[in-house]
Amino acid sequence: MIANQDGLKILARHLGDDIVIALYDNAADLMALRPHPLNYFSVGAMGLAASHGLGLALGRPDKRVIVIDGDGSLLMSLGSLVTVAEAAPKNFVHLLWENGVYQANGGHPIPGRARVDFCGLARAAGYHQVHSIATADALEREIGDVLAEEGPVFAALKIDAGPSVKRDFSATRAQGLRDQFRTALQTT
Amino acid sequence: MQTVDHTAKRHKTREEQPGSASQRKAAGVLHGAAVIEAIRASGLSYVLSVPDLFTSSGLLVPLAQSNDPPLLRLSREDEGIGIASALSYCDKRALLLIQYTGFHDSVNALRAVTLDYKLPLVMMIGLLGHDPEKAPRDSPRRGVRLVTPILDALEIPYHAIHDDSHVGLIKPAIEGAYATATAVALLIARKPVFP
Repeated sequence: MIANQDGLKILARHLGDDIVIALYDNAADLMALRPHPLNYFSVGAMGLAASHGLGLALGRPDKRVIVIDGDGSLLMSLGSLVTVAEAAPKNFVHLLWENGVYQANGGHPIPGRARVDFCGLARAAGYHQVHSIATADALEREIGDVLAEEGPVFAALKIDAGPSVKRDFSATRAQGLRDQFRTALQTT
Repeated sequence: MQTVDHTAKRHKTREEQPGSASQRKAAGVLHGAAVIEAIRASGLSYVLSVPDLFTSSGLLVPLAQSNDPPLLRLSREDEGIGIASALSYCDKRALLLIQYTGFHDSVNALRAVTLDYKLPLVMMIGLLGHDPEKAPRDSPRRGVRLVTPILDALEIPYHAIHDDSHVGLIKPAIEGAYATATAVALLIARKPVFP
Protein backbone atom coordinates (compact mmCIF):
# COMPACT_ATOMS: atom_id res chain seq x y z
CA MET A 1 0.00 0.00 0.00
CA ILE A 2 1.05 3.58 -0.65
CA ALA A 3 0.88 6.07 2.21
CA ASN A 4 -1.41 8.91 1.19
CA GLN A 5 1.17 11.68 1.49
CA ASP A 6 3.85 9.58 -0.25
CA GLY A 7 1.55 9.08 -3.21
CA LEU A 8 0.91 12.78 -3.65
CA LYS A 9 4.58 13.72 -3.16
CA ILE A 10 5.71 11.24 -5.79
CA LEU A 11 3.02 12.34 -8.20
CA ALA A 12 3.76 16.03 -7.66
CA ARG A 13 7.39 15.51 -8.67
CA HIS A 14 6.25 14.22 -12.07
CA LEU A 15 3.79 16.98 -12.89
CA GLY A 16 4.56 19.66 -15.44
CA ASP A 17 2.20 22.40 -16.54
CA ASP A 18 -0.64 19.92 -16.44
CA ILE A 19 -4.24 20.54 -15.50
CA VAL A 20 -4.74 18.59 -12.28
CA ILE A 21 -8.15 17.86 -10.80
CA ALA A 22 -8.25 16.73 -7.19
CA LEU A 23 -10.91 16.28 -4.52
CA TYR A 24 -11.28 16.93 -0.80
CA ASP A 25 -8.16 15.84 1.15
CA ASN A 26 -6.09 15.45 -2.00
CA ALA A 27 -7.08 18.92 -3.17
CA ALA A 28 -6.09 20.47 0.15
CA ASP A 29 -2.80 18.57 0.27
CA LEU A 30 -1.97 19.25 -3.36
CA MET A 31 -2.50 22.98 -2.82
CA ALA A 32 0.42 22.86 -0.42
CA LEU A 33 2.56 20.36 -2.31
CA ARG A 34 2.05 21.76 -5.80
CA PRO A 35 0.70 25.29 -5.83
CA HIS A 36 -0.11 25.90 -9.50
CA PRO A 37 -2.71 27.96 -11.35
CA LEU A 38 -3.80 24.90 -13.33
CA ASN A 39 -4.92 23.06 -10.20
CA TYR A 40 -8.68 22.56 -10.54
CA PHE A 41 -10.47 21.79 -7.32
CA SER A 42 -13.98 23.13 -7.97
CA VAL A 43 -15.66 19.91 -9.02
CA GLY A 44 -18.66 20.86 -6.89
CA ALA A 45 -20.68 17.69 -6.82
CA MET A 46 -19.23 14.36 -5.74
CA GLY A 47 -18.95 11.94 -8.64
CA LEU A 48 -18.20 14.51 -11.33
CA ALA A 49 -14.40 14.60 -11.28
CA ALA A 50 -14.01 12.57 -14.47
CA SER A 51 -16.68 14.65 -16.19
CA HIS A 52 -14.91 17.92 -15.41
CA GLY A 53 -11.69 16.30 -16.58
CA LEU A 54 -13.30 15.19 -19.82
CA GLY A 55 -14.57 18.69 -20.52
CA LEU A 56 -11.13 20.17 -19.92
CA ALA A 57 -9.43 17.49 -22.00
CA LEU A 58 -11.77 18.17 -24.92
CA GLY A 59 -11.54 21.92 -24.48
CA ARG A 60 -7.75 21.95 -24.26
CA PRO A 61 -6.39 19.02 -26.26
CA ASP A 62 -2.93 20.59 -26.06
CA LYS A 63 -2.79 20.17 -22.27
CA ARG A 64 -2.47 16.94 -20.30
CA VAL A 65 -5.40 16.58 -17.89
CA ILE A 66 -4.86 14.46 -14.80
CA VAL A 67 -7.88 13.53 -12.69
CA ILE A 68 -7.08 12.35 -9.17
CA ASP A 69 -10.39 10.67 -8.44
CA GLY A 70 -11.66 8.97 -5.29
CA ASP A 71 -13.00 5.44 -5.31
CA GLY A 72 -16.17 6.56 -3.53
CA SER A 73 -16.50 9.40 -5.99
CA LEU A 74 -16.07 7.14 -9.00
CA LEU A 75 -18.66 4.72 -7.64
CA MET A 76 -21.18 7.56 -7.81
CA SER A 77 -20.71 7.82 -11.55
CA LEU A 78 -19.32 4.56 -12.88
CA GLY A 79 -20.91 5.34 -16.22
CA SER A 80 -18.45 8.21 -16.61
CA LEU A 81 -15.78 5.58 -17.35
CA VAL A 82 -17.74 4.63 -20.45
CA THR A 83 -18.38 8.25 -21.42
CA VAL A 84 -14.67 9.04 -21.19
CA ALA A 85 -13.70 5.95 -23.16
CA GLU A 86 -16.26 6.81 -25.84
CA ALA A 87 -14.80 10.31 -26.24
CA ALA A 88 -11.28 8.86 -25.94
CA PRO A 89 -9.26 12.04 -25.36
CA LYS A 90 -5.57 11.27 -25.80
CA ASN A 91 -4.62 13.78 -23.10
CA PHE A 92 -6.75 12.28 -20.31
CA VAL A 93 -5.15 10.49 -17.33
CA HIS A 94 -7.46 9.08 -14.67
CA LEU A 95 -5.69 8.26 -11.41
CA LEU A 96 -7.86 6.48 -8.87
CA TRP A 97 -6.93 7.08 -5.24
CA GLU A 98 -8.15 3.66 -4.15
CA ASN A 99 -8.23 3.89 -0.37
CA GLY A 100 -11.44 1.95 0.16
CA VAL A 101 -13.15 4.63 2.22
CA TYR A 102 -15.14 7.84 2.03
CA GLN A 103 -12.18 9.77 3.41
CA ALA A 104 -13.93 13.12 3.72
CA ASN A 105 -17.15 11.67 5.08
CA GLY A 106 -16.08 9.87 8.22
CA GLY A 107 -13.86 7.14 6.81
CA HIS A 108 -16.70 4.72 6.16
CA PRO A 109 -15.84 1.86 3.80
CA ILE A 110 -17.04 2.04 0.24
CA PRO A 111 -19.32 -0.74 -0.93
CA GLY A 112 -17.25 -3.52 -2.43
CA ARG A 113 -14.12 -2.41 -0.63
CA ALA A 114 -11.19 -4.70 -1.55
CA ARG A 115 -13.45 -6.68 -3.87
CA VAL A 116 -14.44 -4.30 -6.63
CA ASP A 117 -12.00 -4.43 -9.55
CA PHE A 118 -11.71 -0.82 -10.71
CA CYS A 119 -9.04 -1.70 -13.25
CA GLY A 120 -11.35 -4.33 -14.68
CA LEU A 121 -14.15 -1.78 -14.91
CA ALA A 122 -11.91 0.74 -16.68
CA ARG A 123 -10.59 -1.91 -19.06
CA ALA A 124 -14.10 -3.10 -19.86
CA ALA A 125 -15.25 0.49 -20.37
CA GLY A 126 -12.62 0.92 -23.05
CA TYR A 127 -9.72 2.83 -21.50
CA HIS A 128 -6.68 2.39 -23.71
CA GLN A 129 -4.15 1.86 -20.92
CA VAL A 130 -4.91 0.44 -17.46
CA HIS A 131 -2.52 0.02 -14.54
CA SER A 132 -2.62 -1.03 -10.91
CA ILE A 133 0.11 0.37 -8.68
CA ALA A 134 0.38 -0.95 -5.14
CA THR A 135 3.61 0.39 -3.63
CA ALA A 136 5.44 3.69 -3.37
CA ASP A 137 8.46 2.18 -5.12
CA ALA A 138 6.36 1.04 -8.03
CA LEU A 139 4.68 4.42 -8.22
CA GLU A 140 8.03 6.20 -8.29
CA ARG A 141 9.23 3.82 -10.98
CA GLU A 142 6.14 3.79 -13.19
CA ILE A 143 4.26 7.06 -12.87
CA GLY A 144 6.38 8.94 -15.39
CA ASP A 145 5.64 6.39 -18.08
CA VAL A 146 1.96 6.21 -17.11
CA LEU A 147 1.56 9.97 -17.45
CA ALA A 148 3.30 9.90 -20.84
CA GLU A 149 1.01 7.29 -22.38
CA GLU A 150 -1.63 8.12 -24.95
CA GLY A 151 -5.00 8.31 -23.27
CA PRO A 152 -7.41 7.69 -22.00
CA VAL A 153 -5.22 6.17 -19.29
CA PHE A 154 -6.44 4.70 -16.01
CA ALA A 155 -4.29 3.80 -13.02
CA ALA A 156 -5.57 2.54 -9.67
CA LEU A 157 -3.22 3.53 -6.87
CA LYS A 158 -3.61 1.35 -3.77
CA ILE A 159 -3.58 3.91 -0.98
CA ASP A 160 -3.43 3.37 2.77
CA ALA A 161 -6.35 5.50 3.93
CA GLY A 162 -4.94 6.39 7.33
CA PRO A 163 -7.18 8.19 9.80
CA SER A 164 -10.15 10.22 8.61
CA VAL A 165 -9.75 13.73 9.97
CA LYS A 166 -12.38 16.44 9.67
CA ARG A 167 -10.95 19.24 7.53
CA ASP A 168 -12.09 22.55 6.12
CA PHE A 169 -11.96 22.42 2.33
CA SER A 170 -13.35 25.88 1.68
CA ALA A 171 -9.97 27.27 0.62
CA THR A 172 -9.78 24.74 -2.20
CA ARG A 173 -13.04 26.04 -3.64
CA ALA A 174 -12.39 29.76 -3.46
CA GLN A 175 -13.63 31.89 -6.33
CA GLY A 176 -10.12 33.30 -6.62
CA LEU A 177 -8.74 29.89 -7.55
CA ARG A 178 -11.31 29.52 -10.31
CA ASP A 179 -10.49 32.98 -11.64
CA GLN A 180 -6.80 32.13 -11.51
CA PHE A 181 -7.45 28.86 -13.34
CA ARG A 182 -9.43 30.58 -16.10
CA THR A 183 -6.74 33.20 -16.57
CA ALA A 184 -4.01 30.56 -16.65
CA LEU A 185 -5.88 28.62 -19.32
CA GLN A 186 -6.15 31.73 -21.44
CA THR A 187 -2.47 32.53 -21.18
CA THR A 188 -0.85 29.11 -21.52
CA MET B 1 -39.21 38.66 -28.19
CA GLN B 2 -39.04 38.00 -24.48
CA THR B 3 -36.01 39.46 -22.76
CA VAL B 4 -34.31 37.19 -20.29
CA ASP B 5 -33.37 38.90 -17.09
CA HIS B 6 -30.43 36.97 -15.70
CA THR B 7 -30.44 38.59 -12.29
CA ALA B 8 -30.74 35.98 -9.61
CA LYS B 9 -33.81 37.23 -7.84
CA ARG B 10 -36.11 38.09 -10.69
CA HIS B 11 -36.08 36.20 -13.92
CA LYS B 12 -38.69 36.43 -16.57
CA THR B 13 -39.84 33.35 -18.33
CA ARG B 14 -41.48 32.56 -21.57
CA GLU B 15 -43.80 29.94 -20.20
CA GLU B 16 -46.71 32.13 -19.26
CA GLN B 17 -46.81 33.97 -22.59
CA PRO B 18 -46.42 31.29 -25.25
CA GLY B 19 -49.19 32.81 -27.33
CA SER B 20 -52.84 32.04 -27.00
CA ALA B 21 -54.02 28.46 -27.25
CA SER B 22 -55.63 29.22 -30.60
CA GLN B 23 -52.40 30.73 -31.89
CA ARG B 24 -50.42 27.71 -30.76
CA LYS B 25 -52.92 25.37 -32.30
CA ALA B 26 -52.73 27.31 -35.56
CA ALA B 27 -48.95 27.16 -35.58
CA GLY B 28 -48.95 23.64 -34.20
CA VAL B 29 -45.58 22.48 -35.39
CA LEU B 30 -42.00 22.62 -34.23
CA HIS B 31 -39.46 21.84 -36.94
CA GLY B 32 -36.28 20.18 -35.74
CA ALA B 33 -34.36 21.69 -38.64
CA ALA B 34 -35.21 25.18 -37.41
CA VAL B 35 -34.11 24.32 -33.87
CA ILE B 36 -30.87 22.82 -35.16
CA GLU B 37 -30.25 25.89 -37.30
CA ALA B 38 -30.60 28.05 -34.19
CA ILE B 39 -28.23 25.73 -32.31
CA ARG B 40 -25.65 25.96 -35.07
CA ALA B 41 -25.93 29.74 -35.15
CA SER B 42 -25.10 29.93 -31.44
CA GLY B 43 -21.43 29.05 -31.55
CA LEU B 44 -21.69 25.73 -29.78
CA SER B 45 -18.70 23.40 -29.67
CA TYR B 46 -20.58 20.35 -28.42
CA VAL B 47 -24.01 18.87 -27.95
CA LEU B 48 -24.03 16.65 -24.84
CA SER B 49 -26.92 14.25 -24.66
CA VAL B 50 -28.71 11.35 -23.08
CA PRO B 51 -31.45 10.28 -25.53
CA ASP B 52 -34.98 11.51 -25.00
CA LEU B 53 -37.82 9.88 -26.91
CA PHE B 54 -39.54 13.26 -27.28
CA THR B 55 -36.61 14.90 -29.11
CA SER B 56 -35.09 11.75 -30.59
CA SER B 57 -36.25 11.75 -34.19
CA GLY B 58 -36.63 15.51 -34.55
CA LEU B 59 -33.37 16.66 -32.96
CA LEU B 60 -30.95 14.01 -31.73
CA VAL B 61 -31.01 11.76 -34.80
CA PRO B 62 -30.26 14.58 -37.28
CA LEU B 63 -27.69 16.08 -34.92
CA ALA B 64 -25.97 12.71 -34.61
CA GLN B 65 -26.02 12.18 -38.36
CA SER B 66 -24.48 15.56 -39.09
CA ASN B 67 -22.25 15.66 -36.00
CA ASP B 68 -22.48 19.45 -36.33
CA PRO B 69 -21.94 20.50 -33.60
CA PRO B 70 -20.09 17.37 -32.46
CA LEU B 71 -22.26 15.09 -30.34
CA LEU B 72 -20.94 13.59 -27.12
CA ARG B 73 -23.11 10.80 -25.76
CA LEU B 74 -23.38 10.72 -21.98
CA SER B 75 -24.06 7.84 -19.64
CA ARG B 76 -25.99 10.12 -17.32
CA GLU B 77 -27.23 13.69 -17.52
CA ASP B 78 -25.31 15.21 -14.61
CA GLU B 79 -22.05 14.29 -16.34
CA GLY B 80 -23.01 16.92 -18.88
CA ILE B 81 -23.05 19.60 -16.22
CA GLY B 82 -19.44 18.82 -15.29
CA ILE B 83 -18.37 18.61 -18.94
CA ALA B 84 -20.13 21.82 -19.99
CA SER B 85 -18.79 23.70 -16.99
CA ALA B 86 -15.24 22.59 -17.70
CA LEU B 87 -15.60 23.48 -21.38
CA SER B 88 -16.70 26.96 -20.38
CA TYR B 89 -13.29 27.58 -18.77
CA CYS B 90 -11.86 26.86 -22.23
CA ASP B 91 -14.24 29.40 -23.81
CA LYS B 92 -16.22 26.63 -25.47
CA ARG B 93 -20.00 26.43 -25.45
CA ALA B 94 -22.11 23.30 -25.05
CA LEU B 95 -25.76 22.38 -25.17
CA LEU B 96 -27.10 19.75 -22.78
CA LEU B 97 -29.93 17.96 -24.63
CA ILE B 98 -31.87 15.78 -22.19
CA GLN B 99 -35.31 14.65 -21.08
CA TYR B 100 -37.03 16.24 -18.09
CA THR B 101 -36.28 13.12 -16.05
CA GLY B 102 -32.57 13.79 -16.46
CA PHE B 103 -33.13 17.37 -15.35
CA HIS B 104 -34.74 16.10 -12.16
CA ASP B 105 -31.81 13.76 -11.65
CA SER B 106 -29.28 16.58 -12.06
CA VAL B 107 -30.52 19.12 -9.55
CA ASN B 108 -27.65 18.67 -7.09
CA ALA B 109 -25.04 19.12 -9.81
CA LEU B 110 -26.92 22.18 -11.07
CA ARG B 111 -26.89 23.68 -7.61
CA ALA B 112 -23.34 22.72 -6.68
CA VAL B 113 -21.56 23.44 -9.95
CA THR B 114 -23.54 25.82 -12.13
CA LEU B 115 -25.14 27.99 -9.48
CA ASP B 116 -22.61 27.96 -6.64
CA TYR B 117 -19.68 28.50 -9.00
CA LYS B 118 -21.55 30.94 -11.27
CA LEU B 119 -20.90 29.06 -14.51
CA PRO B 120 -22.88 29.12 -17.76
CA LEU B 121 -25.10 26.20 -18.73
CA VAL B 122 -27.67 25.74 -21.47
CA MET B 123 -30.14 22.91 -21.07
CA MET B 124 -32.56 21.87 -23.79
CA ILE B 125 -35.12 19.74 -21.99
CA GLY B 126 -37.65 17.55 -23.74
CA LEU B 127 -41.02 17.49 -21.98
CA LEU B 128 -42.02 13.93 -22.86
CA GLY B 129 -45.74 13.38 -22.59
CA HIS B 130 -46.57 17.06 -22.38
CA ASP B 131 -49.68 18.51 -24.00
CA PRO B 132 -48.24 21.32 -26.16
CA GLU B 133 -51.48 23.26 -25.86
CA LYS B 134 -50.76 23.80 -22.16
CA ALA B 135 -48.07 25.61 -20.25
CA PRO B 136 -45.59 23.13 -18.70
CA ARG B 137 -46.81 23.83 -15.17
CA ASP B 138 -50.30 22.74 -16.26
CA SER B 139 -49.08 19.54 -17.90
CA PRO B 140 -51.05 16.36 -17.33
CA ARG B 141 -47.79 14.64 -16.40
CA ARG B 142 -46.45 15.25 -12.89
CA GLY B 143 -42.79 15.07 -13.90
CA VAL B 144 -43.37 17.83 -16.46
CA ARG B 145 -45.49 19.93 -14.08
CA LEU B 146 -42.61 19.98 -11.62
CA VAL B 147 -40.01 21.25 -14.07
CA THR B 148 -40.78 24.97 -14.02
CA PRO B 149 -41.42 25.19 -10.26
CA ILE B 150 -38.01 23.58 -9.71
CA LEU B 151 -36.40 25.98 -12.18
CA ASP B 152 -38.09 28.84 -10.34
CA ALA B 153 -36.75 27.54 -7.02
CA LEU B 154 -33.27 27.36 -8.54
CA GLU B 155 -33.73 30.85 -10.01
CA ILE B 156 -32.90 29.55 -13.47
CA PRO B 157 -34.70 31.34 -16.32
CA TYR B 158 -36.43 29.29 -18.98
CA HIS B 159 -38.29 29.52 -22.26
CA ALA B 160 -40.95 27.09 -23.38
CA ILE B 161 -40.51 26.32 -27.08
CA HIS B 162 -44.01 25.38 -28.18
CA ASP B 163 -43.67 25.81 -31.94
CA ASP B 164 -41.63 27.42 -34.69
CA SER B 165 -42.60 30.91 -33.56
CA HIS B 166 -40.45 30.41 -30.43
CA VAL B 167 -37.31 29.17 -32.18
CA GLY B 168 -36.03 32.73 -32.28
CA LEU B 169 -35.62 32.58 -28.51
CA ILE B 170 -32.90 29.93 -28.68
CA LYS B 171 -29.88 31.85 -29.93
CA PRO B 172 -30.32 34.87 -27.62
CA ALA B 173 -30.84 32.53 -24.67
CA ILE B 174 -27.60 30.68 -25.39
CA GLU B 175 -25.66 33.87 -25.97
CA GLY B 176 -27.13 35.42 -22.84
CA ALA B 177 -26.17 32.46 -20.66
CA TYR B 178 -22.57 32.59 -21.82
CA ALA B 179 -22.36 36.37 -21.68
CA THR B 180 -23.51 36.44 -18.07
CA ALA B 181 -22.23 33.06 -16.78
CA THR B 182 -25.70 31.87 -15.85
CA ALA B 183 -27.92 28.91 -16.60
CA VAL B 184 -30.91 28.85 -18.91
CA ALA B 185 -33.40 26.12 -19.77
CA LEU B 186 -35.08 25.73 -23.17
CA LEU B 187 -38.13 23.56 -22.67
CA ILE B 188 -39.13 21.61 -25.77
CA ALA B 189 -42.88 21.56 -25.24
CA ARG B 190 -43.88 19.94 -28.53
CA LYS B 191 -42.36 16.89 -30.18
CA PRO B 192 -40.18 18.29 -32.98
CA VAL B 193 -40.60 16.96 -36.50
CA PHE B 194 -37.74 16.79 -38.95
CA PRO B 195 -36.94 18.65 -41.08
